[in-house]
This record gives sequence, C-alpha cells and structure tokens, in this order.
Amino acid sequence: MIQSFGWQSVQFLFHGLIWTVGLSVCTFVCGGIFGLIFALARALGPRWLQLIVAGYIQLVQATPLLILIFLAFYGLSFAGFYFPPLAAAAISLSIYATAFLADIWRGCIEAIPRTQWEAADALALSRIQRLRYVILPQAFRIALGPTVGFMVQIVKNTSVTALIGFVELTRAGQLLNNMTFQPFHVFLTVAAFYFAVCYPLSWWSEKLKERKSAGPAH
Amino acid sequence: MPALRIENLKKSYGTVPVLKGINLAVENGDVVAVIGRSGSGKSTMLRCINGLEPFQEGSIVVAGHRLDQSRANLRDLRKEVGMVFQSYNLFPHLSVAENIMLAPRVVKGLPRDQRELLVRDVLSRVGLAEKASAYPDELSGGQQQRVAIARSLAMKPKVMLFDEVTSALDPELTGEVLKTIAELAEAGMTMVLVTHEMGFARRVATRTVFMHEGKIWEEGPSAQIFAHPATPELRSFIATDLK
Amino acid sequence: MAYEMNFTPVFARTPELISGTIDTIVLSGQSIVIGLTIGLAVSILRVDGPKWAAAASAGYVEAFRNTPLLVQLFLLFFGLPYIGIRLSADHAAILAISLNLGAYSAEIFRAGLLAIPKTQIEAGLALGLSRLQVMRYVVIIPALRVIYPALTGQLTLTLLGTSIASAISATELTLAGAKIESQTFRSLETFLVLAAIYISITFAFRLLYWIVGLWLFRRSVPKTGSAVATLSLPREAET
Repeated sequence: MIQSFGWQSVQFLFHGLIWTVGLSVCTFVCGGIFGLIFALARALGPRWLQLIVAGYIQLVQATPLLILIFLAFYGLSFAGFYFPPLAAAAISLSIYATAFLADIWRGCIEAIPRTQWEAADALALSRIQRLRYVILPQAFRIALGPTVGFMVQIVKNTSVTALIGFVELTRAGQLLNNMTFQPFHVFLTVAAFYFAVCYPLSWWSEKLKERKSAGPAH
Repeated sequence: MPALRIENLKKSYGTVPVLKGINLAVENGDVVAVIGRSGSGKSTMLRCINGLEPFQEGSIVVAGHRLDQSRANLRDLRKEVGMVFQSYNLFPHLSVAENIMLAPRVVKGLPRDQRELLVRDVLSRVGLAEKASAYPDELSGGQQQRVAIARSLAMKPKVMLFDEVTSALDPELTGEVLKTIAELAEAGMTMVLVTHEMGFARRVATRTVFMHEGKIWEEGPSAQIFAHPATPELRSFIATDLK
Repeated sequence: MAYEMNFTPVFARTPELISGTIDTIVLSGQSIVIGLTIGLAVSILRVDGPKWAAAASAGYVEAFRNTPLLVQLFLLFFGLPYIGIRLSADHAAILAISLNLGAYSAEIFRAGLLAIPKTQIEAGLALGLSRLQVMRYVVIIPALRVIYPALTGQLTLTLLGTSIASAISATELTLAGAKIESQTFRSLETFLVLAAIYISITFAFRLLYWIVGLWLFRRSVPKTGSAVATLSLPREAET
C-alpha cells in the first residue's frame, strides 16, 4: 500500500525511536555492569585474568558489530539456540559495549597516579577500601566525559540491529520507505531523530571533558 | 636611512590602549635595549615590528620594508628581520641543523651544500658547532636559546629582535646567552632587545629606551639613561631593580 | 543439544571470501584516503578559516557524528536519487564512509592543531615561512604525533564500519559472507570465519599504522615509546 509521508509517518518513526532508546538503555546497563567488572579485572586482577580480559577486548574491538549481531542472531539460532531479534540485538550490543566500556574505564583507573594508592595504603585502608574511597571516585570523574561520549556510539550502533529485522528507528525508516517510496523525507527524518537524541549527549560529553581538563581549581 | 623607524604607533586590545603613539628610530649598527615594567607595552611594540601583532595607527619601516595596517608584504619583511623569543620556540621534531636550515631551504631555496656551510657557520657563532645533530629536548635551556639565535641568524637578517630571551632561563644559564648576544653586537648587528637584564643593557646597548604606560618615557645613550635618569618613573624603576 | 560444526562448505567458497576480503580492503583504503583528506581540510577551515566556513564545518561534523552510518548510507543511496543524483551502491558506500570518517577525523585533527602551541606558529612566521609552509613543516608532524593513537583507532572503526555497506549490497566481505550463509545454511561457521578474517585485517592494518608511525616520527627523539603504544588499543577511540 502506498501512502505519502505525513504526520502518521512521523508518529510511526517516533515509535521506532522509543525502541532505539530502550535498546540503548538496556545495552548501556548490561555493558556497564560487565564493563565495570572487566575493567577492574583488566586493571587490577591476577595476571591470567588480565590476559583473558585483554584478549576479549582485543577480539571484540577488531570484529565488526554487524558480524557480532549476525553471530548472535543467525549463528546461534542455527546452532540450536533461537534468539528473537530483540534478544540477539541486546546480547550482541552488550558484548560490544562491554569491551569498549571496559577499555575506557580501565584507562581511567590506570590514570590515577600510583601515589594515590600509596597514600591510601599509608592510611591503613584495605585494598577494597582504597578502591572504594580513593581510586574509583577519582576515576569516575575522569570517566564521565568519555562514557557519555560512548553512549552516543551505543545509540547510533543500535541502528545496525535493523539488519536482522529488529524494528527500531532505522528499521522503521526502511519499512516506511517501502510504503511511501519517499526515501529522502524518510531517512532525513530518521537522521533528525537520531540527531535529537545524540547531539545533547555529545554536547554534554564535551562539557564534561572540558571540566575535567580545566581541573578542579575552576 | 635608519634601520628601523616607528612613527606614531598606536595599538589597543579592544578598548584598552597598549601603545599610545610610539616614535622611535634605530640606526644601522645600533643596539637598543627596551626596558620597563611588565605591561608597559615593550613586548607588544617588538611584536608589532615584525608583524606578529596588528596595530591600528601609525607606521613602521624596518630594513626598508614598510609595515602599516594593511599587513601586506609581511613575508618579505620577515625574511630580513629576525626574532628570538622568550620560550626559544625551537621545532621539537627537527634536529638543530634542520631547525636552522628550514627557513633558508623553504623560504630562500638555498641549495643543500650551501645550507650545510651555513649551519656550520651560524652554529660556530653561537658556540654550538658540535650540536648540529642533537634534538632540542637534548639541550639545556641556554643551549636551546643559542640555537634559536643561530636559526634566526641563518636568514642573514638586517635587524634582530630579542623578546626577553633570558627570562625563561635559570640564572646560571643566562650568562652564555647574553655573551652570544654581546658578540653579535660587537660584530655590528642592528638589534632591539626587550630585556630585564639592566646590567647587560647598560654594558652592551648603545641606547636604552624606557617604556612606561604604553609610551616611550625616556630614551638616550645607555650610559646617560642609567647614570642620570631624568624622570621619577625611570629613577624608581632603576631603584627597584637594584634592590 | 549437540551441534556439529562443519566448516567444509564455507571453506569451499574460499575464492569468494578472498575477493570479498580484497574488496573490503580496497573500500577501506579508498574511504580512508578520501575521508582523511576531507577531515584535514575541514579541520583547517574550522581552526583557521573565515567565520562562515568554520560554522559550516562545525555543522557538517556534528551532523555526521550524531547520526548512524547506516542511516547516512540509506540517505545517500536511496535518498539522493530523489534529488537527481544516482550513485551505484559501491560509490554510495565510499561516499558515506568517507564523509563519516571525514567528520570524525576533522575533530581529531582539530585537537592536534590546537595542541600545538601558538608560539611555534609565530616562530615559523617570524622566520618568513608562509602560513602553508608553517602548517607543513612546523605543525603537521608534531600534531600528528599527538593524535596518532586516536586517529589510528578511528581508522580501525572505519575499517570495521565498511561491513555495514553490505546493507545496500555494496561489494565487500560481509556481503560475500551473507551470500555464502544463505546458500550453505552454515550460519555460525560462516560468520565465525568472517569474524576471523576481519580480525586478521584489523591487526594487519594496525601493524601497518605502527610501521607508518615509526617512519613518520623517525626523526623525533623516541621518548615515551609512544609509537609502540599505538599497537595496543586506542582508548576513547570513539571521541
């Protein structure tokens, strides 16, 4: 059925946007939890664990996200586990986000000077206490900007799940395009929706980074 | 014709006047020391002379090049007016020899064999002949500043400008840089130096200019300026320095 | 439930995998060259250009950094014909990926340009160098050295991003793999092989960047071993 691009189309796309945001939040939460665990393991774990986590990060960061998504969707479902698109999308995006967040946060933890550990040690804090009260709060401050920056990547990368048929914003755009044959309007609107979500995040990320580089004195 | 003539030079940052009508003439072979408190406009004046700072009124003629608000022909002027900075500003990715050869090569198109002779010549004049292949961060501050002087000399400038070239140096390193400058002065180089080194100004400069509140407050032969300051501002400036 | 892996049908299609690999490398290489050129030009305009050019550059950078590559591909491939510009899938892919990299690298280059102290530029000008000569001889190498890890990290993301071009059927490795998958029904095996190939290409490119880095910065004193550090993963490659 051919319809023309109008208010209804925008509503349809907005529906897709809600799924995009939902999938992004889900990815950020799962990726954040595992990312933190992996970051700690990579920065502070025993050597063998550090190597395993480093290997995981290296491999995931050298694989296209689309291939990760295909592996989760087609690969594992043919191997006997059937994942609906939503689950395949969430799992593969989380695997991807875990690797990148772990890498970003490890960098932040390692950026805290050794002298801070030593100072905390001199105060007789336990290893956990040193992390909890001295290292992580400082690392958190440094990490905020890059982390918000990575949220933009997550939001944008949820679009790739359109290619396994998960109906988020981009897939909604494809469907709408098939109905209206007005690709220019459709995809420009889709792009505008993404921009509306991503630009504020990018702006916030830059602000956080500026604050960091300006230092606590200001 | 003087090597440098500044007429009614006026410059302001927004509404804040920095230079309020400067008139100055420097003859060939003159060594002019410019002294004054920070904020008196002395560095700004120097930076105007080779066009690093635009100005609103007046004109500057230096080494035969006229500089006004249009800022045309800046490059021709800079080929003949050398400048040495407080923070040396050597190029960190180039060796000493490459720092020196860069401008002769890309600005004047000097062939390779002549460039090598040139490097040897200017480095020996600053006493660093053996450092040609070193990199800036392998040198002390004093050595870096002497290389910066050599780099400037390599363009065979008619006038050299020195902008507080010893201010960033440890006291024990200023001596070697001042000695290099003194040797240039003896060799007849026309120079304008903004400096805090009063003793050096008195000894080496043929003339001294005292700047105050964006104006040339007092000028004359160095011996006279330091021995018989005419204005209370200069008297108090010299007195504070002696303390 | 046991699943028996069987790679034989996939390996039987080795010629297609090889040509797909070459296509991906070519697509990446072309996009990198064009994208970096765009990025350099845009960054210079943004730092040193007239006001309107700086504003236009900023608009371009923000537009492309805040929308997905896939949507950019769709817009160029499906949308441009609407205003009379028809591109083949391959050309649309090169254009979209180049423009995308152009926006990201412009930001990286800009950071590099801003990292060079103003006094270095003044020193170059004072020696009589033109602005272009100052850029070429004084600014580029030190700036490149500062941003090299971030830049090569971005190039890796660009390389991996080419797989998305399969969505408009541009010729590259993922498209070749999808065809093999649909004909052999060996999905897991096909995509594992694709992953392995992509990982190999990525590491090969990183090795290349490392060698290029050694050559580019050969004249600077090796101080912190930063050239070696680029082999490990870039932090914050996305920014």
